Amino acid sequence: MRPFDYVEPRSVDEAVALLSRGGERTRLLAGGTDLIPRLRRRQWRIDRLIGLRRIDGLRDLTLEDGVLAIGAGVTLEELAASTTVSDVCPLLAEAARLMASPQVRALATIGGNLCHASPAADLAPPLLCLNATLRAIGPSGGRDIPIGEFFTGPGRSALRDGELLVQVRVPAVEGRGVYLKFSPRRAMDLAVVGVACFRSHGVATVAVGAAAPTPLRVPASPDEAAARCSPIDDLRASAEYRREMVRVLTRRALEIVP
Amino acid sequence: MKTRLPRKRKVHLRIRVNGETHEVAFAPHKTLLEVLREDMGLTGTKHGCELGECGTCTVLIDGEPQLSCLVLGLECEGMDIITVEGLADGPQPHPLQQSFAELGAAQCGYCTPGILLASKALLDEDPNPPRDRIREALSGNLCRCTGYIKIYEAVELAARRLKDPKAEPSREILRGYEV
Ligand SMILES: Cc1cc2nc3c(=O)[nH]c(=O)nc-3n(C[C@H](O)[C@H](O)[C@H](O)COP(=O)(O)OP(=O)(O)OC[C@H]3O[C@@H](n4cnc5c(N)ncnc54)[C@H](O)[C@@H]3O)c2cc1C
Ligand code: FES
Ligand code: FES
Repeated sequence: MRPFDYVEPRSVDEAVALLSRGGERTRLLAGGTDLIPRLRRRQWRIDRLIGLRRIDGLRDLTLEDGVLAIGAGVTLEELAASTTVSDVCPLLAEAARLMASPQVRALATIGGNLCHASPAADLAPPLLCLNATLRAIGPSGGRDIPIGEFFTGPGRSALRDGELLVQVRVPAVEGRGVYLKFSPRRAMDLAVVGVACFRSHGVATVAVGAAAPTPLRVPASPDEAAARCSPIDDLRASAEYRREMVRVLTRRALEIVP
Repeated sequence: MKTRLPRKRKVHLRIRVNGETHEVAFAPHKTLLEVLREDMGLTGTKHGCELGECGTCTVLIDGEPQLSCLVLGLECEGMDIITVEGLADGPQPHPLQQSFAELGAAQCGYCTPGILLASKALLDEDPNPPRDRIREALSGNLCRCTGYIKIYEAVELAARRLKDPKAEPSREILRGYEV
């Protein structure tokens, strides 16, 4: 890796100050499972990393007033193991369990998964179905971003310069959900296509990953979902195959949560 | 605005490795893997993909298996690290090391340090893990030689030996299954 400097702020305010002062060659480091491999491959030039691990508030996970508030620094392992998450939104716990490996899950955070904004981010389709809100804090204060407006392109999000994601807020809604992740290997593999479905009071919501430039809500019908996607060809699968798998997985998901 | 970085700057860090506190100086961008191997001479931890994919660089950080290639040395200030060098009890190999050697669970051996540590973390948590649990615990560790079966058998034998040091491998494991 190219040399860089490393700082560990103790509070969100301190992190925001460091981030806005730093300019574009300063980045936040959460679990590092997306970032460090990029730096290793020399895809990004960086002068300074701001480590978020020691900011206590970012690792809180609480249920208050019908909202599950998940700190951006909560790890996938914590999501998978938390009884609160399993009780209130099992869909999210299930998606976390299907990701990566135990070692990666111990490091990787929910904030990093969303902010990296990969079209294949596994936590995105469930959170789109559950209507999560993302709370950001920047130099001019805090704001809430509906997850449907968060992803703006591959690797791009609605976060502005100097803004930090601090919390993912998931309304606790009665219902049943499922996340179907299709990949050739059962561990350590990204989704070829991922489909989440959540049905509440008879209404189904479906969202897909790895089938468009961003994770996306799609109509709750297999044909319309497939038509709405705009997948790409890459080494994992062809666009045509992905579209077909969206159709198949959407049908299956709707059958699993009738 | 361009800030000039002191490229040769070194930082000082206190970490506990294998039960001993060390004071190390290294460049701030170094990963724990690089610090262990290059600055502390602990080359038992292997350097594989350095992308989080293979698991051979697994060490225990505060008892939990983690990838030393994805963690910066500086993130480990004050933490407790166990590497493969810390597994044996003096001249006495850990029961996992013993069973891996006996059952041929290490062939080229490149994946072995990481697999031993991931297995140790599992046995510390669950002294009697079913095969599925072992598979899950080792799902982030690639082995291109053994086909994994011998590794699972060795972890199972070590689990038995931790309770009964005289436990022996079954006849099938040593001689093969009769058909
Ligand atoms: C072997 C392996 C397997 C993987 N498998 C999967 C998988 O199955 N599914 C999947 O979806 N992903 C997978 N990933 C990708 C990765 O592990 C996840 O996306 C993870 O959740 C990223 O989180 P992190 O904390 O490590 O992020 P980091 O790498 O620390 O950060 C990622 C990006 O987000 C930014 N960022 C982090 N936190 C914040 C914040 N609070 N506010 C603003 N910006 C922030 C960083 O600056 C960086 O640009 C895998 C990675 C590896 C190495
Ligand atoms: S070297 Fe760390 S996972 Fe491969
Ligand atoms: S023994 Fe060679 S990779 Fe596992």
